[in-house]
Amino acid sequence: MNLLIESIQWILDPQNYVGGNAIPLRVLEHLGFTVATLLIASAVAIPAGFFIGHTGRGRGLAVSISGAFRAIPTLGLLTLVALSIGIGLGAPYVALTILAIPPILAGAYTGFEAIDRRTIDAARAVGMSEGQIVRGVELPLGLPLLIGGIRSAALQVISTATLAAYLADFGLGRYLFTGLKTRDYAEMLGGSILVILLALALEGIFATIQRFVVPRGVVSSRSRVVRVR
Amino acid sequence: MFTANKGRLALFGVVAVGAVIALAGCATGDPLATDSGDSAGETLVVSSSNYYSNEILAEIYSQALEEGGYTVDRQFKIGEREVYLSDIEAGGIDVFPEYTGSLLQALEPDAAGGSADEVYTELEGVLPDGLALLDRAEASDQNSWTVSKDFAEQYDLTDIASLASVPEPIQVGGNSELESRPYGPSTLTEMYGIAIAGFTPVEDGGGPLTVKALQDGDIQIANIYTASPAFAEGNLVALDDPDNLFFPDNVVPVVSDKVDEGAADILNTVSAALSADVLVELNAKSSNDQESADKIATDWLAEANLF
Repeated sequence: MNLLIESIQWILDPQNYVGGNAIPLRVLEHLGFTVATLLIASAVAIPAGFFIGHTGRGRGLAVSISGAFRAIPTLGLLTLVALSIGIGLGAPYVALTILAIPPILAGAYTGFEAIDRRTIDAARAVGMSEGQIVRGVELPLGLPLLIGGIRSAALQVISTATLAAYLADFGLGRYLFTGLKTRDYAEMLGGSILVILLALALEGIFATIQRFVVPRGVVSSRSRVVRVR
Repeated sequence: MFTANKGRLALFGVVAVGAVIALAGCATGDPLATDSGDSAGETLVVSSSNYYSNEILAEIYSQALEEGGYTVDRQFKIGEREVYLSDIEAGGIDVFPEYTGSLLQALEPDAAGGSADEVYTELEGVLPDGLALLDRAEASDQNSWTVSKDFAEQYDLTDIASLASVPEPIQVGGNSELESRPYGPSTLTEMYGIAIAGFTPVEDGGGPLTVKALQDGDIQIANIYTASPAFAEGNLVALDDPDNLFFPDNVVPVVSDKVDEGAADILNTVSAALSADVLVELNAKSSNDQESADKIATDWLAEANLF
């Protein structure tokens, strides 16, 4: 309990708000790194997921690859990549992108797969092109699940991004490593609390987005069914 | 199934007891004279910390003792110093390969430090009752400021002070705690006037990533243990430390009073043969060739031909 109070004091200590190790700077670095990683992972995983979801092709491959990706220990991968490209932020970007790809990929293709086939057949029957089906039907209907995938990737990345500090003077992980190695446990716990707060804030933002991206038609039809029952 | 296992266990037990008696026989010449007070018949407990290099040393000392007719009970991989120090003090361990400077600092946090001999004498003074130090080996496993060979050649670097002649500011790398250690970057500036550009954390304790960063030129100096197998490849230079910025950490067996003169002689003979290069070579065999401590120890003892 004492340690918890000490770590909160550490977070509030004005000394930790100046210089190159200031809390706001570390928070921004951490967030920037997380957002960039999610963008890179999305750029790879979303088009691939849409392709798989729309065509139904390559699903087995995607499932096994993303399953294997999930099983890779991130610190081991980080070390392995750093041994070939050197220290700095490059290796953490690669390692965490690989961590973020599976949930986003799964969110993208399950979002498409979860759509009632009759809806898509109806869209095709009224003369929509494949491109129009993807953009006008599958994308909006699959969006909540896709956002869900990005949300779970974001949670993993923001907590694992502390590893970026393993090889660079970067992010909230700095407090964890310095605190651990110099036995300054208030700093270590303070850093952890900041990571937790960031993760919770991000969760809140994504939960809100997820609620708002549900197409209006889907919501109202669902609620009507409930009322009939 | 159980009976078969038990039978096998019993057989193993008989063989083991037989081997013990045979070994004791080698030493005393009379296998039945176990209660004659000859400590050669006693079992010596040899321990090591959970550090691969320390385990190799413990294995070497164990095998040397066994060759000399002593019975050895191996209790290896007992965590970190915080964990096993109380065991040593309580007398549960008879032989432990230790490192002079680190043990001194663990027993006496305000120790003054100094040269290898000074640290050894200081350590003798603070060692708990019932424990003794045998001769120290030349081999040491200590902190060092290390540069890449290319960098050392470019600026003709030999000792830490010569870093001051490097025209550009120097980037320091290593575990985060290094930044605030008494031998850290700020001391380099204060003592020698070395210009420091900054500190890059590389949290693998002087491991392969630190070596890679040195060779890539991402950092210019790093803290790497002098017995690290990375030195075996010859691409690194540990800068001399004439002012003893770092505590010398020579290998030294800490022993209980169960270790008699004969055993002490054996251990001293081994320590005398443990040069700095030997330790690096032994560590390289473990890290690079993935050999077991057991095999490394047997091979080295055969090669060194001490007994």
